[in-house]
Amino acid sequence: MSTETSTTTEEREPTPAPQAERESLLRSIVESSSLVVFIAVALSLILGGVLIIVASDEVGEAAGYFFSRPGDTFKAIGDVLGSTYSAMVNGAIYNTNASSFATGIKPLTQTLTMATPLIFAGLGLGLGFRAGLFNIGAQGQIIIGATLGGYIGFTWHLPIGLHLLVAILGTMIGGAIWGFIPGVLKAATGAHEVIVTIMLNYIALNLVSFLLSKDAFQQPGSDNPIAPPVDSTAMYPKLLGSNYALHWGFIVALLAAVGVWWLLERSTWGLQFRAVGANPSAAKTAGMNVPMTYVLVLVIAGALAGLAGSAQILGTQPALTSNVAASFGFDAITVALLGRSRPLGIVLAAILFGALNASGPALQVQAGLPIDVVLVVQSLIVLFIAAPPLVRSLVGLPHPRHVKEVTA
Amino acid sequence: MKLELRGITKRFGDFTANDRIDLVVESGTVHALLGENGAGKSTLMNVLFGLYDADEGEILLDGEKVQFEGPGDAMAAGIGMVHQHFMLIHPFTVAENVMLGHEDVVGPAKLLNVEQARKQVKEISDRFGFDINPDALIEDLPVGAQQRVEIIKALSREARVLILDEPTAVLTPQETDELLDIVRQLRDAGTAVVLITHKLREVQAVADEITVIRRGKVVGQAKPTATQEELASLMVGRSVSMTVDKQDANPGDVMLEISGLTVRDEFDVTHLDNVSLDVRRGEIVAIAGVQGNGQTELTEALLGLTAPVAGSIKLDGKELVGRPIRDVLMSGVGFVPEDRTEDGLVASFTIANNMILDQYHQAPYSNGLALQLGAIRTAAEKYVEEFDVRTTSIDATAGSLSGGNQQKVVLAREMSRPLKLLVASQPTRGLDVGSIEFVHKRIVAERDHGSAVLIVSSELDEVVALADRIAVMYHGRIVGIVPPDTDRDTLGLMMAGAVEEAKA
Repeated sequence: MSTETSTTTEEREPTPAPQAERESLLRSIVESSSLVVFIAVALSLILGGVLIIVASDEVGEAAGYFFSRPGDTFKAIGDVLGSTYSAMVNGAIYNTNASSFATGIKPLTQTLTMATPLIFAGLGLGLGFRAGLFNIGAQGQIIIGATLGGYIGFTWHLPIGLHLLVAILGTMIGGAIWGFIPGVLKAATGAHEVIVTIMLNYIALNLVSFLLSKDAFQQPGSDNPIAPPVDSTAMYPKLLGSNYALHWGFIVALLAAVGVWWLLERSTWGLQFRAVGANPSAAKTAGMNVPMTYVLVLVIAGALAGLAGSAQILGTQPALTSNVAASFGFDAITVALLGRSRPLGIVLAAILFGALNASGPALQVQAGLPIDVVLVVQSLIVLFIAAPPLVRSLVGLPHPRHVKEVTA
Repeated sequence: MKLELRGITKRFGDFTANDRIDLVVESGTVHALLGENGAGKSTLMNVLFGLYDADEGEILLDGEKVQFEGPGDAMAAGIGMVHQHFMLIHPFTVAENVMLGHEDVVGPAKLLNVEQARKQVKEISDRFGFDINPDALIEDLPVGAQQRVEIIKALSREARVLILDEPTAVLTPQETDELLDIVRQLRDAGTAVVLITHKLREVQAVADEITVIRRGKVVGQAKPTATQEELASLMVGRSVSMTVDKQDANPGDVMLEISGLTVRDEFDVTHLDNVSLDVRRGEIVAIAGVQGNGQTELTEALLGLTAPVAGSIKLDGKELVGRPIRDVLMSGVGFVPEDRTEDGLVASFTIANNMILDQYHQAPYSNGLALQLGAIRTAAEKYVEEFDVRTTSIDATAGSLSGGNQQKVVLAREMSRPLKLLVASQPTRGLDVGSIEFVHKRIVAERDHGSAVLIVSSELDEVVALADRIAVMYHGRIVGIVPPDTDRDTLGLMMAGAVEEAKA
């Protein structure tokens, strides 16, 4: 423990530094405490519950005669919340209506499956945030990674094992290229990564649509913009047998989280990344090559986002379409922020988001709620995470210790 | 107007910046608030000016209790403040700056009444002999004149209590004398002046009353007849010597050879103009000059942060220009940056990580791939001990340290490599006297080790105390190199660009 603290304590405490006032939004989010994050999630769920109550017809009807029979209103509220939360549990963790444990546990495996691309992409974005880069290009990086990996998967026919490795490598290279472009543009010209990565997201989307209009990317005899499915030799093996969608990509994602932790906290590069992120001018003065760091970070971040593409194209969506990235690239921004850009936090946040996404269908079917409720809860989380002072004032938390350097 | 502060207490977290401070300033007097950097002077004045809320205590004007919600209230009550960093808008004229915040409008179209502001500036300027043109742009004015604009701003709002926060930090000795004359005039006109400073000479020259603050508390009152030593010992709590204990230099071969160095910025403004300077082994060359005369650019060019358009920098015969910063550092240059919080430290990092910020990539701190945490801890603990960094743990963040201890971390890092040249900018800025002594001692020790040392400081006392030779910079040029026993007036004139001294 004593050796670990040497590199990790600095992240646990907010910095009582004189530049605190000049801190960017990004830095204040990254340095916000776990407690604030936890409260933000709790508040979002509670507020989501309030919205569900307000939107519920039953509660509305019962409230119409609230003063004659108030009990009805409370009962209606209880029913709505009860069915909502039980639907969420049934949809995301364990299906209590299932006949056997094997089917009952299916929602949890579904949650982990949906978390897998979010872990990868969240790790990539979190790495960038730690180095002071607001990379929001995961969407494009996932698309390009999935396109390259998918192409390898359905055109090259390699032996089992090797095919998967090469295809995974392909997704990483694809993402890395899409990270390298904004990195090198920032390093060489100072072009801001936010603008460049947003634009590259569009380019990636249109590029894959264009490719899918070519014969080489279409299924034989079809003109639809869907690529042939990836060879089974290039697919992640199922982790728990063919009854479950959960595949080895999840394990790879956990390994990637450990790898990113090591990279950030234990490696020479990681110290450099964090120094550049926390104070680029001090990093430069200490001899670090700041532009080079930006390129390196974005390449690694791109490769990680590319792996998120592998979880799709080599895991759950073997046929490439232009929708291969769904909204994982954007959800991953929230995941990375929610996880405070720490690998463990990102894994947990990704699983939470996986659970929210997985519970969507059950909410619709069991509780009769629109699937948008999940989106609302996710959006509320974003809102609260982006405004730590709001959360603090809502629950009356004191401001983090803020000692000014008094220049009297 | 009589200003009275009673029992003012201001805390930041568990740090008490002001502890039950009492202060009475009579109209028509100059009251000096004397204390080291960090003693709590500026905090007190920010409380008075309504920028901070006091946790306890009250403010009275002419015996009546007042409460300020912000600077607007304070100004309306007749309190004016000239901040250490001027609050002026550079592309605006003097008159526009003076009217800013209480603009007067005329006519149905509600046009700005610039004419009235111009008149007001002229009137105040004439009354005190400021010689300020109301139509001049701020950016065209020298620093001393900008400060007078700040004073006009305060006076135009009928300030009867004027607070001057470290007003001489950016002035040449001549400008300082002019400012002190202005302060006397204001006092004679009945204004109560509060002068915040840590410079004893100015206090003795102009103050009627002196209140000394140390660690947030009033530790004593003094009359201007007190000697500098008495004031200094009140200020720091023990007797101090302003001189640095050092033997005569024993200079060896030329170690650093700067020739024809010229630096221009992206707007083609020349910051360094054909600068040539040699520093030998075993000597300290100190650069004197008012801030902003090219000193920053010189040190940045030395490290490679700025690329010169012409000239060469040779270290031990090898060219440094064009080499990456890391190469320059590793070839034996120690660099203490001017702004330690901005360029010297990563505040959110531990002390241990800050100690190795320049060497993390090589043995023994790295095996090429992974950090060697054990070696980092060992080294950090050794340097903390050796440089007397006051901290509870090497795992504390650098941002949690006081300025003096932060500077010791930077020094420890930069002096822990075998050095050929030490470049230190403002090595003791913002430090308490104890830390200053320590830093000076280490710098002299580095010289005696045989390193060449280049110091840049805006504190003339420091330059004189440390230097074996003084190079004076003005407008990007070295206007003279003189021995350290040169008298202050001559140095002051050189810093103001008035004299071209022959090379010593």
